[in-house]
Amino acid sequence: MFQLANPRRFYDLAQRLEPWVWAIAAILLSYGLYLGLIVSPPDYQQGETVRIMFVHVPAAWIAMMAYSGMAVASISSLIWRHVVADLFAKASAPVGAGFTFLALVTGSLWGRPMWGTYWVWDARLTSVLILFFLYLGYMALWSAIEDQTKAARAAAVLCLVGAINLPIIKFSVDWWNTLHQPASVARLGGPSIHPAILTPLLVMGIAYMVLYLAMVLQRTRIEILEHRLALALAADASRADRDTSTLSHRSAHSPEGAL
Amino acid sequence: MSALVCVFRRDLLLAIRQGGGPSLGLGFFLIAGTLAAIGLGPEPNLLARAAPGMIWVLALLACLLSLDRMFQADFEDGSLDLLPSASTALPALVLAKILAHWLTTGLPLILGTPVLALLFNLPDDALIMELVSLTIGTPALSLIGGIGAALTVGIRRGGLLLSLLILPLYVPILIFGVGAVEASASGMDPFPHLALLGAASLVSLVLAPLASAAALRLHLS
Repeated sequence: MFQLANPRRFYDLAQRLEPWVWAIAAILLSYGLYLGLIVSPPDYQQGETVRIMFVHVPAAWIAMMAYSGMAVASISSLIWRHVVADLFAKASAPVGAGFTFLALVTGSLWGRPMWGTYWVWDARLTSVLILFFLYLGYMALWSAIEDQTKAARAAAVLCLVGAINLPIIKFSVDWWNTLHQPASVARLGGPSIHPAILTPLLVMGIAYMVLYLAMVLQRTRIEILEHRLALALAADASRADRDTSTLSHRSAHSPEGAL
Repeated sequence: MSALVCVFRRDLLLAIRQGGGPSLGLGFFLIAGTLAAIGLGPEPNLLARAAPGMIWVLALLACLLSLDRMFQADFEDGSLDLLPSASTALPALVLAKILAHWLTTGLPLILGTPVLALLFNLPDDALIMELVSLTIGTPALSLIGGIGAALTVGIRRGGLLLSLLILPLYVPILIFGVGAVEASASGMDPFPHLALLGAASLVSLVLAPLASAAALRLHLS
């Protein structure tokens, strides 16, 4: 793991892995969708709409997973000052926000036929919505601070504060919900899920995970490139600065400039 | 110790003597409350039903509006740069500033709450519970807000960013605060809510100064 702290090594590894990870994601995703949309039977209560679950539930898993990944990266960034950890967290945020948004939208589309409304202030919906806002705040902080080193550390502090707060938010929202609507909206019909539905769900879960990995690898690699570019430009600019300052210094001493 | 008292006194005096001070937040609180009442309509029962949550939300917003001045003014005149070089630990100095912020923002809001309760037709026992929950909860608002203020110090349009960063983190405070009032109004025991609210304040009392100090250091380095 510590070898990957070297941006160059991470870049090379990511570049080699990327096509494979994308390919595996594509295969798993098509297999999972085939299982979920064609092979698995419709639910006896929910009918065909149960298939929304196969795109919805894994998205919610990844939404949580991406934030945990960012939190771990933020800790290692604050302790060891890894550039790669910073860039990994930065690259994960839009991906995580995207999966969170996907979970919200598909959940809302699922809620319409099931609950008769696009949105209820159910505990889960509320806490996922707040998770989405946390992602937005994180990305906004990154883009608001120009100095990338400072931005990385500020974002890491924010990410950790959010990580501590996230379980508290979840817990408080759960409690708030039970106070207001005692009849909770159960997500799945019963305590057990039939294998015919569980298998495609798990395949889709793994497919989303690999997809997330592919996106984050690629985005982190591009962030490393941009980071390198910014460093090169800064070095260039300071060299140009030095050149012009020596030039003007010289011209001040030349007879033409001595007026 | 004397550095703490000094920072605390300075912030308090600046807040009171400079540009309206505590009355600005309070003014916002009362005007926004009036607007909310107009928006909801004059029906007394509806207003009384909405009041506990509305007062809490307005308190959150009033607190949020005053947050960006917590470190920004010191950052602009350069005195913030001197804080880390003091012999007293930076988190303790930050805590002194946060305490001064609460005294000049949170406390006036609590004192202004009876007026809003009157406008919203809130019953007396609910008002008392609202005051208790605000007293326990508003320190957490200043503490958590301090983290956001420290993170956004020196950023252009930092106030807008601050609200995006901090409001999601305020959710538990809002839920427990309103929960206590709602519980007592419906004849249930409000104590669990108040205990959790107190726990939130205490946890942020421990963690917020550390996080704020870390955020300040990176801006000052």
